[in-house]
Amino acid sequence: MSAWAGSAHLKIRHGISYFMLGLAGLCALVVVGALFYILGYLMKNGGTSINLDFFTQLPKPVGETGGGMANAIVGSMKLLLLASLIGVPVGVIGGIYMAEFSGKISAFILQYTADLLNGVPSIVIGILAYTLVVLPMKHFSAIAGGFALGIMMIPITLRSTEEFLRGVPLALREGSMALGASKWRTIVSVVLPAAYRGILTAILLSLARVAGETAPLLFTALNNRYWSPGWNQPIASLPYMVWNYAISPYDDWHRQAWAAGLVLLAMVLLTNIVARVVLARGSNAMPR
Amino acid sequence: MERHFEKDLEELKDRLVWMGSLAERAVHQSMQAVLDGEKEMANRVIEEEPAINELQIEVDERVVKLLATQQITAGDLRFAVAVSRINGDLERIGDQAVNIAQSALRILRHPRVKPYVDLPRMSEIAEEMVRDALNSLVRRDVELARNVLARDDVVDSLRNQIFRELLTYMMENSAVVFPAFELILVAKNLERIADHATNIAEDVIFMVAGRDVRHPALDRR
Amino acid sequence: MKAALGASPIRPPAPATKESSNPVAGLQTRLEVRTLNFFYGSKHALFDVSLIVPTNRVTALIGPSGCGKSTLLRTLNRMHETVKGARLEGEILLDGEDILSQDVTRLRRRIGMVFQRPNPFPKSIFDNIAYGLRVNGFRGSISEAVEKSLRRAALWEEVKDALHKSAYALSGGQQQRLCIARALAVDPEVLLLDEPCSALDPISTAKIEELLFAIKDNCTMVIVTHNMQQAARSSDFTAFMLEGKLVEYQGTEKLFTTPSDPRTEAYITGRFG
Repeated sequence: MSAWAGSAHLKIRHGISYFMLGLAGLCALVVVGALFYILGYLMKNGGTSINLDFFTQLPKPVGETGGGMANAIVGSMKLLLLASLIGVPVGVIGGIYMAEFSGKISAFILQYTADLLNGVPSIVIGILAYTLVVLPMKHFSAIAGGFALGIMMIPITLRSTEEFLRGVPLALREGSMALGASKWRTIVSVVLPAAYRGILTAILLSLARVAGETAPLLFTALNNRYWSPGWNQPIASLPYMVWNYAISPYDDWHRQAWAAGLVLLAMVLLTNIVARVVLARGSNAMPR
Repeated sequence: MERHFEKDLEELKDRLVWMGSLAERAVHQSMQAVLDGEKEMANRVIEEEPAINELQIEVDERVVKLLATQQITAGDLRFAVAVSRINGDLERIGDQAVNIAQSALRILRHPRVKPYVDLPRMSEIAEEMVRDALNSLVRRDVELARNVLARDDVVDSLRNQIFRELLTYMMENSAVVFPAFELILVAKNLERIADHATNIAEDVIFMVAGRDVRHPALDRR
Repeated sequence: MKAALGASPIRPPAPATKESSNPVAGLQTRLEVRTLNFFYGSKHALFDVSLIVPTNRVTALIGPSGCGKSTLLRTLNRMHETVKGARLEGEILLDGEDILSQDVTRLRRRIGMVFQRPNPFPKSIFDNIAYGLRVNGFRGSISEAVEKSLRRAALWEEVKDALHKSAYALSGGQQQRLCIARALAVDPEVLLLDEPCSALDPISTAKIEELLFAIKDNCTMVIVTHNMQQAARSSDFTAFMLEGKLVEYQGTEKLFTTPSDPRTEAYITGRFG
């Protein structure tokens, strides 16, 4: 009697293997399919409204057809710029502190806190921004909106920066310190350059994430049917416009809402792809 | 790629060759004392022998150092092993030369026993063998080394001839026993010198060709 | 053969290794370790280690894994301070001055280190070498200094036309020579090498050993190696360590032919363990 099981056992093992492979493939198909379905749906419904007017004209008054969302597109970009001014420095420098200088306990506390912040509902962040910025200033503004989005960016950039910095091999740091470089010089000249692609990716991804946030903007940046020069006035944004137009009674507005959704999705997708490309090129140059 | 221990290998060979030249000279000078009656040649040989002994120690130390620290292999290893053996043979040649020199001093107190015919010939061949063995080392010349091996038989037969002749003399005339006996010893020493020269040649063949030809009867190849 | 036969043979100069009581007698001292005790937290890792590293010689540290040789090496340029909980008792003197009271970044310019795996920075070849110079405020011509140290590391000919390329484009052996050049660029008095060849193939190893031999004349080196044949080939003095203690310290030739301690002999002949 052989010590090993017979061919029937082997067939079962193969069978299980193929079944699981099929199942996994099916799941992957579902995910990819969902994305393409959304994309297709948006294109079908909003594709017709994408024209030059959409990108260059202001919204027309109620009742008139046509017009565009030029101010919302620019508005979204301004908000993201403000958000980065808050989210990026705090996130990156905080990440440097967590990766390089903190002890075990403080690192744990900071990580946990950042993760909690990440899980706070966006509308609560909106309330925070309302209380801290809108009330004292007594009006809605781009600053308040940017502030809210910035707070949301912080946990992502913070944790990602920390992860990528920790991922830089100890050997590189030791090599720098053995040449007589101080710790800070090592971080700036060796560790950060080694991790910067990952950090850049993280920033892009967090921008893509907050670009679509609507709830915090509802009572910070609000909306503006015209251009908003400066930073102190309420400002239009794509997510807001989607919400606003979608619940309106006008068909023309509905179509424009679809178009806005499509543009927003396209921006997010593009940012994601760029981020992945940047990271992939970077990993070829990383040390073994 | 040149390795830094190649210098050490070169120096080792140079020291050995130097030792060989001292041994060669000792043989020549000791035989000059016997054949030409030059007493101070004999004294010189006896005085200069310690130099050969010192070289033996130095060469051995160098070989040990090389083996311990450089993990030499293949040709380099065979070279070091050959040097170590040749070292010993050269030192023994030096000792034999001293023996000849001491015999010379004793012989020269007596009148010449007979005209020397075979002894000079034997001496010439033995000296040539030593010289050629050392040349085969320097030139890594296996053919020359084999040639040295071939001449050993000639030396052996010359020695037998000299023994027979001198024994006859001693039996016929008891007055010449002392010098004749010393001459027999000189012939014996010369034959030993030739044997050492063949040892050196065998070591050279090992070093160059990797074949151990020392005991042909045991050759398993 | 008869010409010039009058000179008597010259013995090689006796190396200063005859007495095991002080193998480095007669040589200038570059580094001195005095009764060093080292702790990782509560774990006692080095016990009363005393050692003299002579100037412009290669000193090797050998011993089985965990014997403390790398630990000892890393105290010499205070790299142990990058680890929390590492504690040192005793003295380490560079040219007679205590290194523990000096500024550590200045110290590390004088005592450089090459690590086990090549660790070039994610920069160009030129910038890798220039890094140490810039960090330490070098006032001369950087490109000259870069060329000089690449030549010293026997790498110049191979990379002179590609200085702007990434250091990661080099092979493993070249990268390690780059790291040696990088360490040499700041002109250290001492170079510490922590198993520099263990990640390399035999030919790269041989090239690096020849390189060390070539720079020995004006650089004191301490090399940790688990390959004792490498220690035998490349070093002038060898220290054998076991379980955190220094067992024997001798001239290399003497240690590998007639070691004084039976434990040394057991290790060297491979009968250890």
